[in-house]
Amino acid sequence: MTTPIAESDLPNPRLATIQNLRYRLRRWPVSSIVILSVLIVAAGFAPLIAPHDSKLGNLDDRHIPPLLFGGTSDHIFGTDGLGRDIFSRIVHGARISVVVAVVTLGVGGTIGTAIGVVSGYAGGWVDEVIMRIVDIKFAVPLILIALALTVILGPSFGLLLGLLVFLIWGHFARQVRAEVLVIVTMDYVAASRSCGASPVRIMCRHILPGVISIVAVVGTLQVGAVVLAEASLSFLGAGIPLPAPAWGSMVAEGRLYIDTAWWVSLIPGSFIALLVIATALLGDWLRDRLDPRLRQVQL
Amino acid sequence: MRFLLRRIIAGIVTLLVVTMLVFVLSRIQGDPRSLLISEDATQEQWHELGRQLELDQPVYRQYLRYTTNLVQGDLGDSTLQRRPVVDILWTRIPNSALLAGTAFAFAILVGIPLGILSAVKRGGFWDHGARSFAVLGQAMPVFWVALILIYVFAVRLDWLPASRNAGWTSVILPAITLGWFGASGQVRILRSSMLDELDSEYVRLARAKGSSTRAVVWKHAFRNALLGPVTFAALTLASLITGSIVVETVFSWPGLGLLAVQAVSNSDYPILQGVILLTTLVFVFASFLADVLYMAIDPRVRIR
Repeated sequence: MTTPIAESDLPNPRLATIQNLRYRLRRWPVSSIVILSVLIVAAGFAPLIAPHDSKLGNLDDRHIPPLLFGGTSDHIFGTDGLGRDIFSRIVHGARISVVVAVVTLGVGGTIGTAIGVVSGYAGGWVDEVIMRIVDIKFAVPLILIALALTVILGPSFGLLLGLLVFLIWGHFARQVRAEVLVIVTMDYVAASRSCGASPVRIMCRHILPGVISIVAVVGTLQVGAVVLAEASLSFLGAGIPLPAPAWGSMVAEGRLYIDTAWWVSLIPGSFIALLVIATALLGDWLRDRLDPRLRQVQL
Repeated sequence: MRFLLRRIIAGIVTLLVVTMLVFVLSRIQGDPRSLLISEDATQEQWHELGRQLELDQPVYRQYLRYTTNLVQGDLGDSTLQRRPVVDILWTRIPNSALLAGTAFAFAILVGIPLGILSAVKRGGFWDHGARSFAVLGQAMPVFWVALILIYVFAVRLDWLPASRNAGWTSVILPAITLGWFGASGQVRILRSSMLDELDSEYVRLARAKGSSTRAVVWKHAFRNALLGPVTFAALTLASLITGSIVVETVFSWPGLGLLAVQAVSNSDYPILQGVILLTTLVFVFASFLADVLYMAIDPRVRIR
């Protein structure tokens, strides 16, 4: 929240407005919001924005460098080893990243939140058992399990989503539970209980609204983890099956040409980094704004 | 003592759960006989093999047999190489240990000084530098960092080798890639705990009585701020082992991670399950180590 500046204190109202605006903007993660908006728009309108086909290229146009490195304006990010336009593939890849992040966080966040609320509210042995399960979840080498499942079942989009949901629910459960432990001691919860409200009603009507902000914070901070995990799995060939233009698989495909055509792998990789940094900064900002108690370092 | 005991039990339970998971996965994969039996075997031999492997027994008996074998160090044979998985793992462990060890050293030697500088010079040049280093290290995909380093230092400058065939220098690039990620966590944790300590009453007292900045930082704040970073260091070691899967793939480093990825492309499930079990074991051990260190440093934990 900005502190309003008294009108009389300022010599020039116009200048004051500009300063005030700059002051306000400095507190907003402007660059994050701009980057994320651009990526989301690109994801939403991918077929309209992409100038070329994302899966089919022209072999005669193989390894054209990006515009600024001696290429043409037809392929601003250059082309890959099959002559496919990298810009078009990145735009379509944004769609994959956004869908993966939204679905995974939606499902994983809901499951994790529900488990966290029940665990924190129930307490006792229920809480103990659930928290030990969360501990075990963190000890499982997920990338390796994902590789094993891919060997057995073959790569698929559904499998990837399932694995990512499994990756993130624990974070929500842990943080939500900690918050619920505080809320449960509040007078209004005791009051509601003494009025005869059922546990389900208390959890849904009185506890859930109190944890929404923490869910938002954890959710934003976990976008990066989901995107990185998806990219790593795609890079290792255990993600979305080819030829879908997932950013991670694009980096993997370009890796072999690193000495002659660096742009094929380095440009898609920079978009992964950009997306992760933007959401991390947005998450930090949300956390400071919604819950100052969480300001300590998150792992 | 109760604290440690609880931790040991938790570690054992974790290992049990992972063995169950791996066991279930291996059964989803199909009948183990199909991999073992020769092509011209008769139906009778098929049943005989089933009896030998106790496939006619209830599932829990099969699982018991499976874990008994594990405890005795029998992880089965590689489907492709027809050699015991344990032997293959042993040939890869030194390479992985070398990479993880070097990366760990990098993470500590870079992470701790940067974390301290960042907190002591809060808001200054070093603070901004260290925080950017940490944010980038945690946000950039490891394989992308690896490729950038290869492009700059191996392709353009030709200073360092990009893969493992040039003696000891070949460990540098993979270790920096992996260590950067580890160092980032160190910087963030140490910075925040140093800031807390520097802001505390006893540090203010030390300053008020005229202690030098050096004494305040090293004798008072740093020692108390170590708790987080030390426990985190043990976990970093564990995360390096998992993180090395991608790094080893990019640098063709013949460690456990590359072994796992190769096992995937060869559909060599026994090898993969060996790597999974070994990784979990290392992780559980590292967490246990973290708890012991935690207890050694902070006497308050011992009472709990």
